[in-house]
Amino acid sequence: MIELQLLLIFMVLAAVVAVEIEDLLSSVIAVGAVGLGLSLVFLILKAPDLAITQLVVEILCLIILIRATLKKDLPLVKDGRWFFNTASTFLFIVLFLALAYLALKELPRFGAPTMRVSQEYIKNGLEKTGAANIVAAIILDFRGYDTLGEATVLFTAVIGVLAVIRRVGRIKDENK
Amino acid sequence: MKTNETEQGMTLIVKTITRLTVGLILLYGIYIVLHGHLSPGGGFAGGVIIALSFIHLMLAFGKDTALKKLSQARASLLENLGALMFLSIAVIGLWGGYFFLNFFLHKGKPFALFSAGIIPLCNIAICLKVGVGLFAIFAALIFFKGMEKKE
Repeated sequence: MIELQLLLIFMVLAAVVAVEIEDLLSSVIAVGAVGLGLSLVFLILKAPDLAITQLVVEILCLIILIRATLKKDLPLVKDGRWFFNTASTFLFIVLFLALAYLALKELPRFGAPTMRVSQEYIKNGLEKTGAANIVAAIILDFRGYDTLGEATVLFTAVIGVLAVIRRVGRIKDENK
Repeated sequence: MKTNETEQGMTLIVKTITRLTVGLILLYGIYIVLHGHLSPGGGFAGGVIIALSFIHLMLAFGKDTALKKLSQARASLLENLGALMFLSIAVIGLWGGYFFLNFFLHKGKPFALFSAGIIPLCNIAICLKVGVGLFAIFAALIFFKGMEKKE
């Protein structure tokens, strides 16, 4: 489990670099390093489906972010009030860690399966659905309704992007 | 560095490599989608890989070449087709009992390509929706940048 903790430390460092660095392109690449580390974490935790999806989506996001931010020079606002900013950051970190400790104390131990429903899925998944990949059996058969909701979310996101970034001059042409 | 106005995209090296690799990437995406019920992967990951192959084409050869292969109108048609296919698979199950019923009586042998009832069909539907949708987002961002430059 030591490699997992090393990867988590690497991801935290990359996230700090992504927030703090001046150059925008370097920041985007540091975000990509965080995503790559997350993909490796999924692979170590034996979830190859999630690892493939995370890697591929990370590459897509990296390409879109680089294409979108490469030419634009967004200035990094870092003026004044640094004492207030640092103090509020530390306050929120302490608050988050305390609340997370209270919340995560109630969870079952790491790797200990306690849920009765998932035991049922693992035991009878192959003969009920015929799918060798248990993840596909769960997300597309037992939990198909959830997947439909996710697909609707993505559909709405595509429609939203295409509506925001569409050609804006059409209404002006009609007015003329 | 010579900038050629008539020729879009990147340099000759990138174009040659792209000609070799883009078909393999597309084939790998199709493999991931069709074997989603047997091996890791599935509709979402395979759809994103297929979208990435078209984005690869668009980055290397410019947007006209990629949009000639998959135009904006056909992309939106395919995406709506994928969403409707997924929804109709779910609704057909309602006819036999409940939502998302696995309505094939013989599920086939496990570990065979044609097995698991509706799951490969759902994978194909999700692949169409995700892949074409993400490609449409990327094309919209490129168009937006082009329009911004003209102004």
